[in-house]
Amino acid sequence: MTGLSGGDLLVILRHAPHGSSWLKEGLDTALVAAAFGQRVSLLFMGDGVMALLPGQGSGPLGQKGTQPTLQMLEMYDIDSLWVEHQALLERGLNDMSLSVDATRIEKDAISRLLAEHTQILNF
Amino acid sequence: MQYALLVQGSPYSYQASHSALRFAQAVVRRGHSLTAVFFYHDGVYNAARLAAPPQDEPHLYDAWAQLHREHDTELLVCIAAALRRGLMDERESSRHGKAGHSLEPPFILTGLGQLIEASTAYDRLISFSP
Repeated sequence: MTGLSGGDLLVILRHAPHGSSWLKEGLDTALVAAAFGQRVSLLFMGDGVMALLPGQGSGPLGQKGTQPTLQMLEMYDIDSLWVEHQALLERGLNDMSLSVDATRIEKDAISRLLAEHTQILNF
Repeated sequence: MQYALLVQGSPYSYQASHSALRFAQAVVRRGHSLTAVFFYHDGVYNAARLAAPPQDEPHLYDAWAQLHREHDTELLVCIAAALRRGLMDERESSRHGKAGHSLEPPFILTGLGQLIEASTAYDRLISFSP
């Protein structure tokens, strides 16, 4: 992993889509921050890595899908996307292609990523 | 030092609100200023004006209001998170054709932008989540 980029705000997403509103409300925060001119990075950790699986449409219970929001990140200039490598491995997802271009990050590098950001919000 | 808090836990369901409140009280006791508390996710339920906990339990709603009264702390509630959970002030209530309102000052409905503002304008933003 090279080129650890810093920023104003790191939004950490630790929940899978659909089961709770954490992912959706976390992504909303990232978009608003970017709209306010902040340099925003995203880190998908733990179950949050499941947000990156392709085909995240709306759920059977009528919850909105997060895929459209992920596709909007680029429009908001949020291009610093990180995914916890270990979490992908633990869930057998490491060989899957991800729906957005996120860089795999090793556990021991995460602390450096945190240190590179002024503000961190956890969802 | 200027502090702001982010509260994301539902009151009485999780420790988050209780911890946030105790932290808030400690901040002002130490002579710092607590400029704003932002309620997001299930934390918005802290602003439910009809909350009526048993008398032998801490009254979180009253304690937040007291913080505002004594220290001018802004109590900011994310409007998007609040409306979908049934928390609205008189203005939103009439806009949505509802019979009553569930939120009133000192709690104020506002946008997520205020949270971003709090994260940049003050020295510390501390999160309390379940």
